[in-house]
Amino acid sequence: MPAPPAPDPPDADAGLELLLSRLLRAGVLASMGILLAGIAVGFVHHPQRLLDRDGLAPLIAPGSRFPHTVPQVIDGFDDFAAPAVIASGLLVLLATPILRVAVSLGGFARRRDWTYVALTGYVLAVLLVSFLRGRAG
Amino acid sequence: MNPLEFMLAAFGVSLAAGLFGAVLGLGGGTVVVPALTLLLGIDIRYAIGASIVSVEATSSGAGAAFVRQRLTNIRVSMLLETATTTGAVGGAVLAGVVAGRWLFLLFGALLALSALEMWRRPRHLPPARVPPDRLAERLALCGAYHDDAAGRDVRYRASHTPWGLAASACAGLVSGLLGIGGGVVKVPTMNLVMHMPFKAASATSNFMIGVTAAASAGVYFYRGDVNPYIAAPVALGVLVGAFVGARVMERARSSLLRAAFTVVLVAIAAQMVWKGLH
Repeated sequence: MPAPPAPDPPDADAGLELLLSRLLRAGVLASMGILLAGIAVGFVHHPQRLLDRDGLAPLIAPGSRFPHTVPQVIDGFDDFAAPAVIASGLLVLLATPILRVAVSLGGFARRRDWTYVALTGYVLAVLLVSFLRGRAG
Repeated sequence: MNPLEFMLAAFGVSLAAGLFGAVLGLGGGTVVVPALTLLLGIDIRYAIGASIVSVEATSSGAGAAFVRQRLTNIRVSMLLETATTTGAVGGAVLAGVVAGRWLFLLFGALLALSALEMWRRPRHLPPARVPPDRLAERLALCGAYHDDAAGRDVRYRASHTPWGLAASACAGLVSGLLGIGGGVVKVPTMNLVMHMPFKAASATSNFMIGVTAAASAGVYFYRGDVNPYIAAPVALGVLVGAFVGARVMERARSSLLRAAFTVVLVAIAAQMVWKGLH
């Protein structure tokens, strides 16, 4: 006996999908804009360094200095330093998936789909704990 | 090489990685890490930091298009993510306790078996008969999308959900232990075990890898492994590649995508066995 045809996915999913698609697009475009701005700032501040053969190693060799905590990124914005601007663009990119899980949680809660609220809430909790653990360790 | 040439080279390599990752549902770490270390001479620590950024860029860059096309199954992704994230945390805790050598060999053998299954059972579209699964019915794990290449609507329902969950937990555990992306396990899990069509499996894997990588992204950033001068051109290249890759994937024939994935699976299996033996 053939299985019955697959049912339609729940209608309410379409709204959440559109919202998540827009969120991803916004996160990605914002991150790209900030990254390009950061590279442009670096170019304006040090136009000669960009074409200098000796200019690369200090930037990418092990032990090179750049902001890698949120306070350092914020401090770097005082003098609009290129590494801080670029790092903030990267943070936007890294935070987008976490934001996406949070928005899904809201979407499932709005239509009282408690099973999925629980599943999504669990994923979000694990993500936040490991993110904070990274900050501590 | 001056900084401008370096950025252009990193951008170009990453563009290819983003394209490849978006088309096959993988993170692209398998392309980014060797390209940065071997071709551009980057320190392995910064290469891994940049590869985490590239996974996020592939997932979000292609994800916007896949979610809008309804290729991504949000429900399946949420359910399996509970298993992958738990497994990843467990793997991080166990790392150092278990010998990596045997794990690489075991994992390589597992991937080789998946590749064999992929080749033996041409299951690129949903089969006519899917065994009933109570958990999938209760959680409404079904989907429908329009396949541009086949020129028709495809409807499907997931099956063998408990096995899918178990496989996802193992995938998370292995990625936490060995630090390899989970896409290469997630796609076969959804396609072979759960009977999802290949495009839905690949797009859902793409959606999931971003969340799995986010769990460790904070650790890498705070540890100072994400060098902005390396990660910025990588992120920009991967994003552009992923935009293009999403269009390619939507239009490509499922059977062709599946064949390409099988080849990659064999290559990664061989790489794992090699690492286990040396």
